[in-house]
Amino acid sequence: MSEITTGKANLEIFGETLLEEGKKNSNLIVVTSDSRGSGKIVPFGKELPDQIIEVGIAEQNLVGVCSGLAAGGKIVFGVSPASFLTARSLEQIKNDVAYSDQPVTLVGISAGISYGQLGSTHHSLHDYAVLRTINNLTIVSPADNFEASEVIKRAVSFNKPLYIRYGKKPMINLHKKGSNFEIGKASIICEGNDITIIGTGETVQRAFLASRILKEDGVNAEVISMHTIKPFDEDALMKSIKKTNCLISVEEHSIYGGLGECCASLISQAGYNTKFKILGIPDEYMINGSQADVLDHYDMSPEKISDISKSLLNQ
Amino acid sequence: MAKNSDYLKKKSLEYRKTVLEIIYNSGAGHTGGSLSCVDILNVLYNNFLEITPKNFAKKNRNRYIQSKGHSVEALYTVLCDQGFFTKEELNTLNNFNSHFIGHPTKKVPGIEHNTGALGHGLSVAVGLAIAQKLNKENFKIYTLLGDGELSEGSVWEACSTAHKYKLDNLVVIVDRNKLQITGKTEDVNPIEPLNEKFLSFGFIVKEIDGNNIEELISALEEVPFKTNIPNVIIANTVKGSGVSFIENQISWHHKVPSKEEFEKANLELESQLKSYE
Repeated sequence: MSEITTGKANLEIFGETLLEEGKKNSNLIVVTSDSRGSGKIVPFGKELPDQIIEVGIAEQNLVGVCSGLAAGGKIVFGVSPASFLTARSLEQIKNDVAYSDQPVTLVGISAGISYGQLGSTHHSLHDYAVLRTINNLTIVSPADNFEASEVIKRAVSFNKPLYIRYGKKPMINLHKKGSNFEIGKASIICEGNDITIIGTGETVQRAFLASRILKEDGVNAEVISMHTIKPFDEDALMKSIKKTNCLISVEEHSIYGGLGECCASLISQAGYNTKFKILGIPDEYMINGSQADVLDHYDMSPEKISDISKSLLNQ
Repeated sequence: MAKNSDYLKKKSLEYRKTVLEIIYNSGAGHTGGSLSCVDILNVLYNNFLEITPKNFAKKNRNRYIQSKGHSVEALYTVLCDQGFFTKEELNTLNNFNSHFIGHPTKKVPGIEHNTGALGHGLSVAVGLAIAQKLNKENFKIYTLLGDGELSEGSVWEACSTAHKYKLDNLVVIVDRNKLQITGKTEDVNPIEPLNEKFLSFGFIVKEIDGNNIEELISALEEVPFKTNIPNVIIANTVKGSGVSFIENQISWHHKVPSKEEFEKANLELESQLKSYE
């Protein structure tokens, strides 16, 4: 098996890529809500002070201001913690960005349970669910540094409402050199015929590590990075299911309304009787801990994913 | 070309007639608020905005965001008169599959931003005003807020940003008709002292009679009131202005006139129009 290399935090890559893009295009404006430190855009603010707007701790206003800047011809990135951005400002996202069709890129930083012990106020386990119901909004959750960087490059000329979700822990490099990235097209991290393990964002590396454990036991898992939650790459999922007819979804999100339920809807409506398990955060008062500990606790460690895969295959 | 006040006063009467007509015919609408702000829209569109069907697609022009989206019947009426769409199109108001619905959307020609949920327009206007400053353009961004809307906290978040970025190209107009759906604004959730609030948020405040054409022209001509400071015009208006039995009546927030009421209102407005013949 090839050697595993670990890159930087996706948020670091976001900050670096945004700075590169900002230098190339003075029309690119970043809006923050006292969040440039968390968002890794302090260097952006220092090098391009005329291209950053600071609104203070006022997320509703941040989204509205982003919408106005976009209406004024700017390429706009609104950067704020995913927890606040997608809950407190939900109405602004719905009305001022999506419904009003303003080409704003909203960047939810420290998403999922990235803030670990800071607790539920700071977690975003709802964002896929609520944002998926809003028309005219694309949702992307990059898995590794490659996807984290590529999505920002695409966002500059995307010209439609876009939400991107970033975590803050270093990520394993999942893509080979020369890989392609396209918003709306899933990335196949490794091919296999026995079981499909689909993840999005920071859970994809766990799916990938599980596939390596399974490989040692002679099970060939196909790992999919469904980085775009909406529009969902139905073809990639169905193509894989046709081969494996066995699926585990892994997400750093509530088990309600996210990746797993999206897969369930597609599979059941297509008439498949696929063996299927949804892994995510259950509907309970969430246990406190670091991101890694919490994901492990809820059966999303690579070992547990591989165990669940085997028992699913044996059903 | 700027229109004289007699022309505009006549327009206001005609606009009021149309507002009532489209609400009556479509069976729904925000009568009181549309009548309170129609003079403001009249003066803005006829004398200040320079937004036309011809230049609307361009970005380098003045902008108008109607944050109090529910008074859309006044906006439709004025946009129709400016040639953005025909009266026949406007007559589809509230019909199935019509873009002319109870709040503004960009599907209707001449509308800048989709509004309806309150407390949103000022942030969007602030974003537009910052973009104009960054682009080093001298256009103005106008936004109309309701007074009940000022209870929304996001309005004051936006005020802070307007002050920080010295948005003297931002013109906030408050349709201060003093009533909202439940009752008097000062009973529902007091917003006074309003002048002091805006002043303390770093605005220059001008208070006028918002149903007085001359006062509207004069206040809007003075913008920017001062360099580097955002502008607010508190337009004291009468909810339901122009029709005696609708004026200052809480019940007319979104009441639709009956046939008798519609005819009575028309008679009142037509008799006033006669003085301009």
